[in-house]
Amino acid sequence: MSDAWINALIGGAMIGLASGLMMLTVGRIAGISSVLGGLIRPSPADWQWRLAFFAGMVAAGTVAALAGGWFPLEPLASARPLPLLIAAGLLVGAGTSLANGCTSGHGVCGLALFSARSLVAVASFLGTGFIVTYVMRHLLGSP
Amino acid sequence: MFSPALASAFCIGTLFGVGLLVSGMTEPGNVQGFLDLAGAWRPQLLAVLGSAVVVAGLLFAWARTRAAPLAARSFQWPTRKDIDARLVVGSAVFGIGWALAGYCPGPAVTALGTLSVEAWVFVPAMAAGAWLAQRLR
Repeated sequence: MSDAWINALIGGAMIGLASGLMMLTVGRIAGISSVLGGLIRPSPADWQWRLAFFAGMVAAGTVAALAGGWFPLEPLASARPLPLLIAAGLLVGAGTSLANGCTSGHGVCGLALFSARSLVAVASFLGTGFIVTYVMRHLLGSP
Repeated sequence: MFSPALASAFCIGTLFGVGLLVSGMTEPGNVQGFLDLAGAWRPQLLAVLGSAVVVAGLLFAWARTRAAPLAARSFQWPTRKDIDARLVVGSAVFGIGWALAGYCPGPAVTALGTLSVEAWVFVPAMAAGAWLAQRLR
């Protein structure tokens, strides 16, 4: 097996372990869009654990960056067009908020709980993801 | 103000972030490569998801046997079973943005820590999108 497959399996197991431990200790689903949604509500009641969770995620990125090139980091200078990133961010934020979940909440946790609702969500975002990528790369010829 | 719940949330967030980094999901090219079925397909995202689902499923099964979580009063299991238009359309909209940038929420938040310019543009836009959707409900 190549490194990419081994990294995928090990990294995936760590994501699954984190999701399971979140339920075992804090009693919550580790859905990133839902954690974010709770933070930006007008009067967030339980923002502390949400912020602590996000702080841990950001810390992981910082440690990886400091460790230097050990993880597949994105080069700083190679940012894509900002309007594209802003439009994509708006769509991801609005879509996951409407659907109550993203790749972690519906994808990892929902599928692990055999939720039909989550399976439909996953099929829907994979579906438009495949279509948009095909249109972008093979019909419009963007890289 | 130390509390076991906050400490575990921080540690679990770190583990989650490291998992995303190791699996290559913080690299948008890997995600977009997975979505590009007709191009140079990178199928590894399937292994990330499969591995995560199996491990999470085992721990959820263990949690189900317990009366309460270790650092909080009660479990908050998802209860909704309905499949409505908001679920399908919302997820479809998410998929469009996911394909455009190659970021979903978790990797984008983790990439903030690497001082990725892209993540620092994407995440505020994502928060704004979620905020707008909450208002429209």
